[in-house]
Amino acid sequence: MNPSIGKGSMSTASSSVAWKAADVVPEQFPAGLRVLVVDDDPTCLVILEKMLRTCLYEVTKCNRAEIALSLLRENKNGFDIVISDVHMPDMDGFKLLERIGLEMDLPVIMMSADDGKNVVMKGVTHGACDYLIKPVRIEALRNIWQHVVRKRKNEWKDVEQSGSVEDGDRQQKPSEDVDYSSSANEGNWKSSKKRKDEEEDAEERDDTSTLKKPRVVWSVELHQQFVAAVNQLGIDKAVPKKILELMNVPGLTRENVASHLQKYRLYLRRLSGVSQHQNGLNNSFMSPQEAPFGPMSSLGGLDLQTLGVSCQLPAQSLATLQAAGLGRSTTKSGIQMPLVDQRNIFSFENPKLRFGEGQQQHLSNSKPINLLHGIPTTMEPKQLATLHQSAQSLGSLNMQVNAHGGQSSSLLMQMAQPQSRGQILNESTGSHVPRHPSSIGQPIMSNGIAGGVIGRNGISDNGRGTGYNQVPPTSSMLSFPMNHTTELTVNSFPLGSTPGISSVASKGSFHEEVSSEMKGSTGFLASYDIFNDLHQHKTQDWELQNVGLHFDASQNANPIQGNLEVSPSVLVHQGYSSSQRNGQNRNASPLGRGMFSGLDGTEQRNTQNAGQHLNNNLLIDNSVRVKAERIPDASSQTTLFPEHFGQEDLMSALLKQQQGGIEPAETEFDFDGYSMDNIPV
Amino acid sequence: MEVGQMQRRLAEYTKSLFMEGILDAQFLQLQQLQDESNPDFVVEVVTLFFDDSEKLLNDIARALDQQCVDFKKIDAHVHQLKGSSSSVGAQRVKNACVAFRNFCEEQNAEGSLRCLQQVKQEYNLVKNKLETLFRLEQQIVAAGGSVPMIESSF
Repeated sequence: MNPSIGKGSMSTASSSVAWKAADVVPEQFPAGLRVLVVDDDPTCLVILEKMLRTCLYEVTKCNRAEIALSLLRENKNGFDIVISDVHMPDMDGFKLLERIGLEMDLPVIMMSADDGKNVVMKGVTHGACDYLIKPVRIEALRNIWQHVVRKRKNEWKDVEQSGSVEDGDRQQKPSEDVDYSSSANEGNWKSSKKRKDEEEDAEERDDTSTLKKPRVVWSVELHQQFVAAVNQLGIDKAVPKKILELMNVPGLTRENVASHLQKYRLYLRRLSGVSQHQNGLNNSFMSPQEAPFGPMSSLGGLDLQTLGVSCQLPAQSLATLQAAGLGRSTTKSGIQMPLVDQRNIFSFENPKLRFGEGQQQHLSNSKPINLLHGIPTTMEPKQLATLHQSAQSLGSLNMQVNAHGGQSSSLLMQMAQPQSRGQILNESTGSHVPRHPSSIGQPIMSNGIAGGVIGRNGISDNGRGTGYNQVPPTSSMLSFPMNHTTELTVNSFPLGSTPGISSVASKGSFHEEVSSEMKGSTGFLASYDIFNDLHQHKTQDWELQNVGLHFDASQNANPIQGNLEVSPSVLVHQGYSSSQRNGQNRNASPLGRGMFSGLDGTEQRNTQNAGQHLNNNLLIDNSVRVKAERIPDASSQTTLFPEHFGQEDLMSALLKQQQGGIEPAETEFDFDGYSMDNIPV
Repeated sequence: MEVGQMQRRLAEYTKSLFMEGILDAQFLQLQQLQDESNPDFVVEVVTLFFDDSEKLLNDIARALDQQCVDFKKIDAHVHQLKGSSSSVGAQRVKNACVAFRNFCEEQNAEGSLRCLQQVKQEYNLVKNKLETLFRLEQQIVAAGGSVPMIESSF
């Protein structure tokens, strides 16, 4: 990715460039500000356009969110600010908001005739820089340029700060980042950003950094790389400097990474914090299309990639998953053992979790659940690693499952069903796995990968005998992903799908086993660690998180079945996915939900569901919003998955699961229902 | 009628619309946006509003006519109508929409039907009034005069 796509090169380039460098607003500014207006109401659109023109802005209007997104993507630096309506038929305004924030990092103003407090609050939590009530008066539009300036200023500060990439700075930065996340947790990322800025200001600035670097556009690829790096490092340990090193992108500065990390954490937090109904959010999250999965390879060949391919998960999310997964998988090799067992657990139940892992792991059972392969995106590297490991042991099962990820939640669902078996881990997983992976992969991957990944999980779940049975039909699905797997790897996961997936897969399996086995708490713990990592990654890799969450979810689901063991891992996943799920739960099959719910970390309550959700979410939303899946079932997992939340959350979640929270998982993962809301347990 | 007289008549007429609450300050905003580069801006926007509203009203009527009424969908339509009517300054239409949404929330079919009638009534009223207003403007322009800017202080 070429981060040099700075906004500076805008058409009104001269002004912006000058402005940037000197941090002084050129005289003609804000004239020429390039605004993109999105509203499905033609009357309002025309009026807004006229008003903005009167303010001497350059206006582009469109009445469809998808068109807006493609416009933004085509002209990476073609716009300065976006104004979007909240209620639109083709896409929720908040979802669009998230996408834009993630992909292009532009200030977005929301507007609506609805002035209810909840809606406005939603705007705030989703990162809107302002909220206008209709009818919009021209006076309100005259000052929108302030948001552009403010954002630039903050970034500039970042740039300056990063200029001095000395240890001192670095040290500061990490702490800042950490602080950020915590402050972000508080819910106001803006303020945290401010805090960061303040801190940065306090730090010495190198002369070299005085120049404002061109705006970095976080493309899907780049984001996936980022997510992969984060996952690899572990959410808690992911500091900008290290992430930067891992990403190895020329021209990218630590500040760029730091601010992106900040947002990512916020995003994760939001995902976990937002109730499941935020599914929509998740989706928008990842729609990477080109994520190059670097880390995938580390997964050891997990078929994550294939999963990714098959999964419809958006390449990017998959990539993220993979990245995350990969990061993890490599690190987690140690966990393998427990994973394997756990995988089974998860695979059945957490189609989602399985996502990357599940498939791999539990697929080993017999089913070549390629589903998970694809799903690694959210599966945090750790998970993937575990998945990987288990997957490897499982053999093809998981992988196949993953592949299905793309398939769509249905696949995951299927995966989930196998889980009903209870012991899916290996025996049933074989059979189940196919199912799960598909289902799992799907929800999680949303892009498709999820289906695959989840599928895996689902499969493993079967072994567990937990409620996953629901997924019986998934088996068919699993096969589906298989075909797709190839596709997935190719593009669905921009995240680096391959790595992600594998990691995911590994993770999935890990979880599954954990869950199903519950018994092996030790094993579980191991997985837990992974999850923690994942967790970390999760925060960073939004996408991955989703996946991870899913995985967790699935895992949770499984564990619920009675294997608390899994929970920790599951939780982890769920945690991740939970955040993601929120947005995604909507669509994700219940499986995903179940799984995710657990993941949400906050709510692990239904880890199982979470798992399911994961799947669901993944599948449904292209963005690997794993998190959304609040898997209501994953009761056991419920606590575990706070992946999004960061490791601490994850840990607690996992612990909780272990404690026995997982029990319902089994029942809950009743993948059959795949109803996002309730995974019939 | 000579131009001066027509202009006075137009001013009085417009003022009455504001007094009766049929139009609100947002309409003034629209008028202020009109300039030489866009001399028919208000007419264009209002025409867009009419077309869009008629479609919405039809959709709502159809939805209410179903065996199983989908209140969510109706609410979405009404919300949109509320947004666009408020953007052009059709105050009474907007208010009727607000009331309508309450009934939708309660899933009250009968109340919704009544609200729909109310909204339609207000819509037709504002449509007639605005068409008359535009006609008056056209007459002035045809007679060689210019349409005076509405003063917001009334």
